[in-house]
Amino acid sequence: MSAPVNAGVEPVTVVPRGRGAGLFRTAWGFGRTKVGAALTGLIVLIAVVGPFVAPYTPTEFVARPFETGVDGTLFGGDNRGRDVLTRFLWGGWTLLLLAGASAAIGVAAGTVVGVVAGYRRGWLDDVLMRVGDVLLAFPQLIAALLVMSIVGPKVWLIVAVIAVSHMPRVARVIREATRKVVEQDYVKAAEAVGLPRWRIMAVEILPNVTSPLLVELGLRLTYSIGVVAVLGFLGMGLQPPTADWGLMINENRQGMAVQPWAVALPVAAIAVLTIGANLITDGLSRAAIGIDRGVEK
Amino acid sequence: MTRLIVVRLLFGALTLWAVSLVVFAATQALPGDAAQMILGRDATPERVEALRDQLDLHEPVAVQYLNWLQGIVQGDLGTSYSNRTEVTEVLSGPVLSSLTLMGLAALAATPVALLVGAVSALRRDRAFDHASSMGTLVVASIPEFVVGILLILLLGPGGLGWFPSVYSREGGPDQWVLPVLTLAFAVAPPIVRMMRATMIEVLESEYVQQARLKGVDERAVLWRHAAPNAIGPVAQVVALQLAWLAGGVVAVEFLFNFPGVGKILMDAIENRDVPLVQAVVLLIAGIYILVNLIADVIGLAANPKVRVANR
Repeated sequence: MSAPVNAGVEPVTVVPRGRGAGLFRTAWGFGRTKVGAALTGLIVLIAVVGPFVAPYTPTEFVARPFETGVDGTLFGGDNRGRDVLTRFLWGGWTLLLLAGASAAIGVAAGTVVGVVAGYRRGWLDDVLMRVGDVLLAFPQLIAALLVMSIVGPKVWLIVAVIAVSHMPRVARVIREATRKVVEQDYVKAAEAVGLPRWRIMAVEILPNVTSPLLVELGLRLTYSIGVVAVLGFLGMGLQPPTADWGLMINENRQGMAVQPWAVALPVAAIAVLTIGANLITDGLSRAAIGIDRGVEK
Repeated sequence: MTRLIVVRLLFGALTLWAVSLVVFAATQALPGDAAQMILGRDATPERVEALRDQLDLHEPVAVQYLNWLQGIVQGDLGTSYSNRTEVTEVLSGPVLSSLTLMGLAALAATPVALLVGAVSALRRDRAFDHASSMGTLVVASIPEFVVGILLILLLGPGGLGWFPSVYSREGGPDQWVLPVLTLAFAVAPPIVRMMRATMIEVLESEYVQQARLKGVDERAVLWRHAAPNAIGPVAQVVALQLAWLAGGVVAVEFLFNFPGVGKILMDAIENRDVPLVQAVVLLIAGIYILVNLIADVIGLAANPKVRVANR
């Protein structure tokens, strides 16, 4: 087992280059991170390149509904007779874009809330965290469904709802990390010099909570993929005739016994993508634990 | 400890109230009002006006909210728009089905997860531990409806054909297998991980060392000294997973066409049946808060520092 040894030694040499770089390096030392990156890379490649190599357009009719073994198609037709392969190749980028955007916005907002709450303490901390607790009282999916059912499924709304539901979860973690950093001498020194609060938070604290931040980003990305996919599957995400993996599963599940490909392809893609993202996250979190130990001891 | 629990309980009640506020506010954002919605677009203005009077829609929003809240507290959740029956009546059957489904999933998942976690801890860093660590990571990553579909493709009519993939009223007990299995897979991984981590911590503790040095039989060490000390944190995770089930059940019920609250919720959203949506969301959030609260209390009760201090 060389990986755990690496985790302990590497940071010492890498720390001057900034913790972010060290974290990635250490994480890359674990085999599972590489596997995760390969899996995620494969799906991202399919999603990005797919539309350019697809044999038909996503709304073109090439077969009878749920027909397999049609000439000129690899996997046959879907519930309306559109080419399954084409719709599969077209259906990935929307998922990636929505999941990426909602994770990024949610983590960014959560980080701001977490750092402010952890640094300012006092009533502001209390208010922010209690509001967060109320938001946490909604299961993520139920909150999304409630809003979707009332306003209707809109793309920006999907991103907003998922981002808001991530926010308190990220804020909790970042607040904890901030409270540890605030105790450090360099923060006290910066306060003594009279730096404005926002600069202390942005320049002194933020760079020192990047490890938990990156782990949270990976975790939230994995969850976002799941929630976006499940919303599509429930028919509350992107609307027909968009080609979208979640929606594809919803449209084609009735014919699963006759035409399994139209469901199996997007299901496999979502599964591989979430497994890959989670493997990377696991590598990052293991590396983060190693780095924290390396610095503290 | 009692004081801490009372504080948590009060906070739980406060959260529930905040949730009711959010749910009520969300429905206020709807285009058109309830009267318009019940009667449909073709209704004459006079009839809509009459129904508005009947439903107190002319009152200020705050009064409407208080009336609605008062109804809920008294167990009156309103009347469903789509089939004109009391919401409580519409919900009673599905709630029971959902709870049964969740209960069966928890019963199936918990013992296996505890066993796998404990064995992983005992065989730390050996083949079984690595396999179970990888397995839980993989299963935990995949969204639950994807797990369900993979199970259908594998064991359902298209695959081995062992179990039906769609719930129907005439079906036998075998139609419960796939939904229960799906939820069990979704719930198990965190329990396995927590059990492993806690058991490792406990096995390395000084009192277990002491028991071993004393020459106590290894089985007695495990069951009398180690296991009881692992119960607290693990019980907390089990409770948290049960809370997760309250929300996670929706997609799984939709997938298997299982007649529970999740399916009711999806149908209600489809029909824009606002009282029903409100009721189900409140119900799920309520269960979620309640079970989280129980998890909190278990966590507090299992923590000797809290239990002994300020008794």
